[in-house]
Amino acid sequence: MQEEVLLQMRHIEKRFPGVLALNGVDFTLRKGEIHALMGENGAGKSTLIKVLTGVYQMDGGEISVEGTNISIRSPQDAQNKGISTVYQEITLCPNLTVAENMFIGREGGAWVKHKDYEKRADEILTHLGIPARSTQQLGNCSLAVQQMVAIARAVDMNCKVLILDEPTSSLDDKEVNMLFDLMRDLKAKGVGIIFVTHFLEQVYEVSDRITVLRNGELVGEYLTEELPQVELVAKMIGKELDELSNLGDTEEKEHKDSEVLYEASNLSSTDAMPFDFSIRKGEVNGFTGLLGSGRSESVRAIFGADKVTGGSVKIKGKPVKITKPIDAMKNGIGYLAEDRKRDGIIAELSVRENIILALQVMNGLFKPISRSEAEAFADEYIKVLNIKTASRETPVGSLSGGNQQKVILARWLLTHPDYLILDEPTRGIDVGTKLEIQKLVLKLAEEGVSVTFISSEVEEMLRTCSRLIVMRDRHIVGELKGADLNQTQVMKTIAGGEA
Amino acid sequence: MKKNNTKFLAGGLGQLTIPLVAIALLVIFNLIRDPGFFSIGIMHNNAGNIVLAGNLISIINGASELAILAMGMTMVTAACGGQDISVGAAAAIAGSVFVKVLKSADSIGGGTVIGAFLLACIVAMLFGTFNGILVAVFKIQPMIATLILYTCGRSIAYWINGGATPTVESPIINAIGSFIPGIPIPTPVLIVVVMGILFKLLFHFTSLELFTQSVGINGSAARLNGINSTFIKLLSFIILGVCVAVSGSIGVSRLGLINHETLLLDIEMDTILAVAIGGNNLGGGKFKIGGSIIGAYVIQMLTITLYAMKVSSTDVKAYKAIVIILLVVIGSPVVKEKFGKFMSKMLENRKKVSVKGAEES
Repeated sequence: MQEEVLLQMRHIEKRFPGVLALNGVDFTLRKGEIHALMGENGAGKSTLIKVLTGVYQMDGGEISVEGTNISIRSPQDAQNKGISTVYQEITLCPNLTVAENMFIGREGGAWVKHKDYEKRADEILTHLGIPARSTQQLGNCSLAVQQMVAIARAVDMNCKVLILDEPTSSLDDKEVNMLFDLMRDLKAKGVGIIFVTHFLEQVYEVSDRITVLRNGELVGEYLTEELPQVELVAKMIGKELDELSNLGDTEEKEHKDSEVLYEASNLSSTDAMPFDFSIRKGEVNGFTGLLGSGRSESVRAIFGADKVTGGSVKIKGKPVKITKPIDAMKNGIGYLAEDRKRDGIIAELSVRENIILALQVMNGLFKPISRSEAEAFADEYIKVLNIKTASRETPVGSLSGGNQQKVILARWLLTHPDYLILDEPTRGIDVGTKLEIQKLVLKLAEEGVSVTFISSEVEEMLRTCSRLIVMRDRHIVGELKGADLNQTQVMKTIAGGEA
Repeated sequence: MKKNNTKFLAGGLGQLTIPLVAIALLVIFNLIRDPGFFSIGIMHNNAGNIVLAGNLISIINGASELAILAMGMTMVTAACGGQDISVGAAAAIAGSVFVKVLKSADSIGGGTVIGAFLLACIVAMLFGTFNGILVAVFKIQPMIATLILYTCGRSIAYWINGGATPTVESPIINAIGSFIPGIPIPTPVLIVVVMGILFKLLFHFTSLELFTQSVGINGSAARLNGINSTFIKLLSFIILGVCVAVSGSIGVSRLGLINHETLLLDIEMDTILAVAIGGNNLGGGKFKIGGSIIGAYVIQMLTITLYAMKVSSTDVKAYKAIVIILLVVIGSPVVKEKFGKFMSKMLENRKKVSVKGAEES
């Protein structure tokens, strides 16, 4: 067992106006280990990473690399000292080649010897087993390969400490495995890897050690094999776990009696193959399948988010035409999009403006919601959904991911939809908020709202949905309910091995 | 409640700090140079009316067309993330239409003027729609799309009056361009106030502000929330069209003639500059109309100051450029961030000192 300490952070303190973001946090990374950094949103993970990479300057504490105290003044400085980061969003240039991306910004001079770089890049790529060629345009590679190129770039900069911030959030299972192989390779080469993720299974699959933070304080450091998953969750949210299991464990609710709210036949869009689908009042159903299976595309077609190309839709038995979002909204459908940043929040506008947006659009241009009414709405939902924000006038972009998601939920709840489509509402947000959102979904269903819930975590869907629609290769391949609603059956259906 | 107010002020000031400081500096500079610079006198004008006069009045008066165009430009900028460079040319067209109608009437009465203005408005809105369709429907970069009208606008203006530069003589036109008998404030200034109020009302009685900002900040999210962003962008160009017609008509009324070659020449760049000095992001999104209006006054005050300093008119542009470089650099995100850091450090130090002081005592 290599126990050589590579990086040590002691009593790190970081203060923001009015908040102590990090309160005496210790963190130790050893050579050749994969160390998961866990915590809810707002626990201080990103702040700690940003202190380590020089984005923020710490207010107290010390950092040492291989025994020597260092100070990190800027991201560039961190890189020079062997600390590299690969962020969740890929920060490379898609229109340049792989080689150019690997060497951009650190070329010797204006005269770039392309051949040399390409040769060097190919060497590194083969060495790390990355399936890409140096002359390929980066944008043509899969997301996973792009991610790996980003890592290759970091590794080639003689990095000792590699920070991976949510590297898997947009990868499918196969790609995740490719990434994990690369991580294990680097580990064997003595690189210390800090792995930040929300996916618990992945932590257990790949990491050696786990450090848990909560509310800016260190909870503890554990060996992965000695910490059961349930306990990890408990440590992260600081609650006893009973609450987790209390969540209406797959109530076998049949909705045969309630009326059919929404019914589509042969519905198709530019992005979705024709499909039939219906949902009853107060029902929670889910679309599942691998990334690219067409689950998001299907619900987008329901909402008219992509151009609808065919099919017919009935709401409460009456034929309606839904070709664009506003049609769907007027028919009582709300849609929380998969990509919160791109399709959800209006970052620079306030929490208040973001909350009233959908309702205001439905009211139209000439019926503005008055300031005082808007404030009342915002205050109400900030309270009901427990949105953590400095005030209702805070720009929504400065909230944490989970709270941004709640703001968008509030936006749709305010329109009092009959049918709410939630595409990955829990992606990239902390366990506590995930739970709140799941509870909310069940509560809405009880109140008679129909909900379609999509999540890449099957377990989460099993907990909330009474019916699962399984998709593969852009077609619906199965519908599971009742006794069939279990992980094995879902996996089987997704994989195509009909039992 | 009070806390909320101060926060609101701080947020609002963030955007308006630069233009307000620029105005303050120009005022102080002028007061040092000539303490009487801003004195306002009362005098009789040629028509025998009692009117206000002085540098301050001529600054505010002279900036009227610019301020009105800046209001409309702010909307286009916010919604489309780009600028309309055809406003000067379009104003020449609107002005030509205005004069054409006036000339075609036997006698110029109030009704004729209103009719002429309305027709100028419609024509300018149509040209705005043309620009808007290129930008909103065909997704052409605003600057490229409006380059077309920028290039051909003054030719179109030339055709309208058959190449002549006709004059109009009427007390009503005179009143619009200078003073309404009995009111000592220049009419263009009053028109700016009216336009400002109209925008205020527009934002109060519609949700255009929210929709425009949403489209400008995140078009994709706006669309998924049911906003018709094509319409919002088109509307911003049509609104700018109204502003163009108003400024064109004021320009014509000042001189009592239409010169399609020189009317509001080069005003498009000053307009864009006014929007920028007003702290609005030229890439679209959040906006403050008030900022752009102040921006227009900053530009005009700068020009008048330079003229008052006997800088020759050929040199004025160069000096203006220097001041503008300063303003734009000071307003840049890099400087703002550095300044913010510096301020928070200062505050921290002061806190430390006061804590120390308290401990010592």
